[in-house]
Amino acid sequence: MFHHALRIRQEACIGCSRCMRVCPTEALRVTGGKATLHPGLCVDCGECFNVCPSRAIVVEDDDITQIFNYKHRILLIPAIFFAQFQEKLTLEEINSVLYEIGFTELCTVEQGVDLLVDEINKYIDTFEGSKPVISSFCPAVIRLIQVRFPVFADQILRLLPPLEVTAQYYREDYARHGVPLDDVGIFYVTPCAAKIAAIKAPVGGYVSPINGVINMTQLYNKVFLAYKQKRNDSEHCSLVHSSLSKTGIQWATTGGEASHIRGRSLAIDSMPNVIDFLERLENEEITGVDYLELRACDMSCCGGILVQSNRFLVKERLDQLAKDLPDKHPLDESFRETCSGCIPMDKIEPRAMVKYHSDINIALERMEESRRLRRLLPNIDCGACGAPSCEALADDIVCGRASLDNCLLIHAHEADPATIEQIWGKKRFNK
Amino acid sequence: MAGTASSQVKRALKQLGVDASVIKRVVVALYEAEVNIVAHAYKGIITADIDPERVFLRLVDEGPGIEDIEKAMTPGFSTASQEVREMGFGAGMGLPNISRNADVLNIHSIPGKGTTLEITILIK
Repeated sequence: MFHHALRIRQEACIGCSRCMRVCPTEALRVTGGKATLHPGLCVDCGECFNVCPSRAIVVEDDDITQIFNYKHRILLIPAIFFAQFQEKLTLEEINSVLYEIGFTELCTVEQGVDLLVDEINKYIDTFEGSKPVISSFCPAVIRLIQVRFPVFADQILRLLPPLEVTAQYYREDYARHGVPLDDVGIFYVTPCAAKIAAIKAPVGGYVSPINGVINMTQLYNKVFLAYKQKRNDSEHCSLVHSSLSKTGIQWATTGGEASHIRGRSLAIDSMPNVIDFLERLENEEITGVDYLELRACDMSCCGGILVQSNRFLVKERLDQLAKDLPDKHPLDESFRETCSGCIPMDKIEPRAMVKYHSDINIALERMEESRRLRRLLPNIDCGACGAPSCEALADDIVCGRASLDNCLLIHAHEADPATIEQIWGKKRFNK
Repeated sequence: MAGTASSQVKRALKQLGVDASVIKRVVVALYEAEVNIVAHAYKGIITADIDPERVFLRLVDEGPGIEDIEKAMTPGFSTASQEVREMGFGAGMGLPNISRNADVLNIHSIPGKGTTLEITILIK
C-alpha cells in the first residue's frame, strides 16, 4: 500500500466529520465515532489537517534528534521558511539558531532552480507526447493524477524537482571533498505532508539521497523560542550557502514556475481549482497549453499546511526579498560543474481507483444499483451517515461497506414526515 | 450547456474503469455532437447506453436537419458564418471528428425536421 504522511490519531479524533467533507478524493468516512482513511485514495494534500478542530490528524515526520547520527548535518531549507518570520528576525539570526540546534550547513532548497529551468525548457521543446507537460513539483498533484486523472500520467514532467537537484549537489560536493557519504546527513524542512510522502515513497523510480524530513512547524517554533531566549554566540562551523536568485526564491509561489517556461504556460493553485482544470483538460475544453504548473495548496507552498505565517504575507515577503536578489545565484556555476539539473525519472504509473469492481460486468451492475439507491436518498449530502455525500453512501452500500439504514434523514422522515418535509420539501422523498 | 452530457458520460466510464483511450474517443465524439445540437437545433435528447462491450450514444434533435450528409461529412465543409468561425467554431470538423472516433456512426436526417445520430464505440 501507499505510504502516507498523514495519520489520524484515533484517541484524539472526535468524529466531527469536518475532514470527511473537505477531502477532494472522498477518502474519509466516519465510523464508530472516528474518522477513517481509505489509504488507496488519499493523496496527502492535507486539506483534512487544515480543518481538524482537535488536532487529531498529524504529520508523520522524522525526529529532529536523528540528525546527530551524522557527522555532517546539512539542512535544506525552502525560502518559505525564512519568509515566515517577516521583519522580526534577520537571516543571520535565523541561521545562527539553526546552527545552535545542531546543523552544520544550511542551504536553500531553490538553489537548484536556476539549473532546472533550462532543463525544463529543453525538455518541453523536445517533448513529443501530448501537451501540456505537467510540472512534477507538487507531489500531491502527482498523486491526484495517478488516482483521478490517470490519462495524464504520461504528461508529468520526468525531471525531478529543485529539492532533489540541490540534495544531489550537496551530496556530490561532500563526496568531491573526500568526505565519506555515511557521515553526510541531508535533511529537508517541509511545508507540507505530500513532500514527506514523496521522499519516503517516491514515484518514478528515483531514491532520494535525503536522509530525513523535518516538520516546518516544529522547526519554526524551535527557532522562534531560541530567538526569544537569545544568546548571541553564533559561531558558524561551515559555509552558509543560503544565497538564492530571483527565480529561485519565487519558484514555490504561484506562477513561480510558469513565468519562466517558454511557450504558453499556466499556473493553477488549490485542490478544487486543480481538479476543475484537469477535468476541463480531460474534456478537451482547454487546448494549446504547453506547460502546467499545478499546486495543491491555495497560494502554492505559501499555503502549505505546516507554514505558520499567513500565506498572503509569506508571498509578499518572498516578493520583497526577490527584489534585491541577482538573476542567477552565486553558486550557479558550481552547481553546473558539480551536478545535473536533469535528473530523469521513470514514467509515473497510474493507480486509478477501482470504484465498483475490476470486472466491468459487476461494476456495471453495481453502478446501476447505486443509481437506483440514489433515488431513495435525499441528496442533501448532510454527511450524517458517515459518508461525504449521498452518492458516496450509495456506492459504499453497493460495495458492501454500508447499509441504507445509515441514512438518518430517511429514518427521520419515516418518524415524522411533516416536520422533515417542511424543511426539505415533499419531492425529496418521493422521487 | 454543451459539454454537460459528455462530462456525465465520462464520469460514469471512469468509474467503471474503462480504458482511458476509449473514454477519450467517447468524450470527443459526444462533445462534438452536443455542440452541433446547441449550435443548430431547437431541442435535443441525448441517451447513453453502456454495456460491457460498447457505449451506444443516441442524439435526437428537432432542428433544421442536414441537407447533404455526404457533404457535411467532408472535413472542412461548414455552414458557419465568418463571425462564428472567428470565434473558433464552425471549422467544418464536427461530423468528421465524430466519425473518426466512432466505431459505428449512423446519421438520419430530415431537412426541416431534425437529425438523429447513433454513435457506437467499442469498449474492448
